[in-house]
Amino acid sequence: MKFERKEESKPAIPTASLPDIIFMLLIFFMVSTVFKEFRGIPVALPAAKKIEKLPGKRDVAYVYLDRRGTIMIDDRIVSMSEVDDIMYAKRADKDHPLKVTSLKFDKQIRMDLVNQIHEELKKADALNINYSAITGG
Amino acid sequence: MFTEKRKGKSSEIPTASLADIAFLMLIFFLVTTTIDVDKGIGLTLPGKGETKEVRKKNIMNLGINADGEVLLDNEPVGIPEIRDIVKRRLAENPNILVSVKTDPETGYQVYIKVLDQLKQANLTRISIAEPPK
Repeated sequence: MKFERKEESKPAIPTASLPDIIFMLLIFFMVSTVFKEFRGIPVALPAAKKIEKLPGKRDVAYVYLDRRGTIMIDDRIVSMSEVDDIMYAKRADKDHPLKVTSLKFDKQIRMDLVNQIHEELKKADALNINYSAITGG
Repeated sequence: MFTEKRKGKSSEIPTASLADIAFLMLIFFLVTTTIDVDKGIGLTLPGKGETKEVRKKNIMNLGINADGEVLLDNEPVGIPEIRDIVKRRLAENPNILVSVKTDPETGYQVYIKVLDQLKQANLTRISIAEPPK
């Protein structure tokens, strides 16, 4: 009896749909990429262990305070007395009322400045704050 | 003379390198994407002129001086100890509230460390005492 030799099969992964998959990934990354043009004034954030994420990216105002006491809100350098007006305008914005204020304060500053900003925020009724910190400590 | 029909040349765009191009772009975007994570310690400030009467026994006073030394209910404690003390007190009395007072000269880093300890103790009722005028 003769055994017929099996035909050699050539296993190959079909690569026809590879470009489609890659394109899908590509589009995802293209859409989710944000080119930040501005990162604020340099601040060395303090470290903390139990930190939580900001509830969302939208409707967040960033208040920077650097080592020398320069205050910057979003992308404008402001003086302490202007803070409440700016924050109030943000709170009163009809389309995007401010939800959270992220405080990016330098770890070397002292509490008198922090307290002053607290007072300004209270005046503007921007009460939800988040002390920005890095993981560690 | 010109009657010979031209042989039908295939006019397809070669797609073999399409995957390579897409890969290259993919890698570029993978590298440049920074998924920004904004993390921090959340807190809600009291409203202007909003004061609440709190029973004495529910309050723990926490003071931080200019040198970063901490006084918890009139006893000096180290910052890493705060968590366990507050946790214990919270187990005894779930309504406990910690009032944090700071000196104008206190460093922000110390303040954040203390808040971090309080948050680690799962304390939700944190009060920032208004600075004396």
